[in-house]
Amino acid sequence: MSEKLLEIENLYVEYETDEEIVKAVNGLNLIINKGETLGLVGETGAGKSTTALSIMKLLPEKVGIIKDGSIILGDINITKASDADMRLLRGNSISMIFQDPMTSLNPILTIGEQISEVLELHNKEMKKEDISKRVDEILELVGLPKERKAEYPHQFSGGMKQRVVIAIALACEPKLLLADEPTTALDVTIQAQVLEMMADLKEKLNTSMILITHDLGVVAQTCDRVAIMYAGEIIELGTDKDVFESENHHPYTTGLFGSIPDLTKATKRLNPIDGLMPDPTDLPIGCAFHARCPKCMDICKKNKPKEIKKGSHMIKCHLY
Amino acid sequence: MGEDMVKQDVVIKKKYKKRSQIKSIMFRYKKNKLAMVGFVMFIIMIIIAISADLIVDYEIDAVTQNMKERLQTPNSEHVFGTDEYGRDIFARIIFGARISLFVGLITISLSLTGGAIIGATAGYYGGRIDNVLMRIMDIFLAIPSILLAISIVAALGTGIFNLLLAMSISQVPRFARIVRSSILTVKGQDFIEAAKACGTKDSRIIIKHIIPNAIGPIIVQATLTMASTILTISSLSFVGLGIQSPTPEWGSMLSDGKKQMRYYPHLVIIPGIAIMLAVMSLNLIGDGLRDALDPRLKN
Repeated sequence: MSEKLLEIENLYVEYETDEEIVKAVNGLNLIINKGETLGLVGETGAGKSTTALSIMKLLPEKVGIIKDGSIILGDINITKASDADMRLLRGNSISMIFQDPMTSLNPILTIGEQISEVLELHNKEMKKEDISKRVDEILELVGLPKERKAEYPHQFSGGMKQRVVIAIALACEPKLLLADEPTTALDVTIQAQVLEMMADLKEKLNTSMILITHDLGVVAQTCDRVAIMYAGEIIELGTDKDVFESENHHPYTTGLFGSIPDLTKATKRLNPIDGLMPDPTDLPIGCAFHARCPKCMDICKKNKPKEIKKGSHMIKCHLY
Repeated sequence: MGEDMVKQDVVIKKKYKKRSQIKSIMFRYKKNKLAMVGFVMFIIMIIIAISADLIVDYEIDAVTQNMKERLQTPNSEHVFGTDEYGRDIFARIIFGARISLFVGLITISLSLTGGAIIGATAGYYGGRIDNVLMRIMDIFLAIPSILLAISIVAALGTGIFNLLLAMSISQVPRFARIVRSSILTVKGQDFIEAAKACGTKDSRIIIKHIIPNAIGPIIVQATLTMASTILTISSLSFVGLGIQSPTPEWGSMLSDGKKQMRYYPHLVIIPGIAIMLAVMSLNLIGDGLRDALDPRLKN
């Protein structure tokens, strides 16, 4: 079970514009095992999507730069791979589900053509009939009638479009699936359906998945392990039990849980975290969270906290 | 129960009858009545141009001067009248269709191809490539297109091939600009990034995903260019660099007729109508094609 698939080590990503340098990811370490689902949680701007884009090597050209660190998938070093090698990986070994299904399908190609495009790209020797058979198979897999493959994206509803997007992502049975807020654009009932389907398919194809979201409920439902991200770092990492049930937490995680309603307790008001994410162009010295932290100590303003591990649970905080 | 399922399956299959892309484009095109009118008009013009020899005799009617019958208004013998050298205008119009339509279509396709390649490269890659390519296009744009065409023909010598080349080159910058701007609007959309995330090559993204989504303004520009191309030929002919007299050609018929316009207006009206019909039919075709290529407008 715990065979390593993806290993990210000490990753630094910056966006360099003419006026400023945005430090999006700062020293991120992450290991994903085969067949595992990891939930990557954090506020907007925490660097979740940037992490996903660096794994795909699709950071905006000339602006987004991987400064340091390595991303290793199986035996391939993604940080050093050439463009041509990356093209072979994308869609085949790693694929990505984007946030908004409404805009991530080409409006003038039928969905059948769009699914078969990935297959054609990565299986050059496959015959046309085989490809069309496989397209039918995948459509059935995501719960769409295969007769609808000759239709265009605008003829589908949002939830169905997201199913098509998932079908495209899974067409080549990738080893790793990056889902960047796959359910944000969908309503709650469809959300549940899509998540359940993704979990099912993941099981069937033995794919690992990184699920990027800011919905802790979704994480609790689907993920094996959870990573909480803040200002480009992972500040807490553990199995879902570690993060949801154990006593010790990073103050930020506590804050996150404090800001969602709990059905079992009577509370008058929720306790949101005060303040905003630090400016990524000008990160504070010491712990990035210290300005908002209710348990801030002197040491937090001076030194960066180290990773403290207890079994499978990792917290980056001076408290422990 | 099982039978019911089979029945249902058949019904679904009928409802979602698979249509190939070309067929469905044709289906949508046929629904557009105006576009069909344009298409039929254009086909008729092409047929007339091809079978011109069967209708009138090139030497006798279209080229040989016949001063006895000069400047006749339309009558039973000469349907469209005669010009100042006594040549039958009807004959000249249908032979002129050959050159005007041929030159117009070839010029558009050449300049569109060139402009699309340059504009797409510039728009898609951006940065330095964009700057270098578009500044070169700006230099071309700074020279009036007729002057540019004149200098190219003057340098390479007269002849139909050089004429085509000159006119295509002078139109390339316009197409490059339009293609570039439409590509910029499509490039930033999510499905392009999604295509990249599937490992699609740049060339394939441009050809399969970007250009079909940006085709509308390009088609409109292409059909409009047809008119200016036919008129440009006549200007070039006027300075002796285009089609040589007495070869019939719509643009030069129009400019020749200008001298007599006050007393014999049919000399300019008839070639004028011919040019207008050609341009209009192409415009209607272009309009219909633009709608037919966009499946979102189907229903």
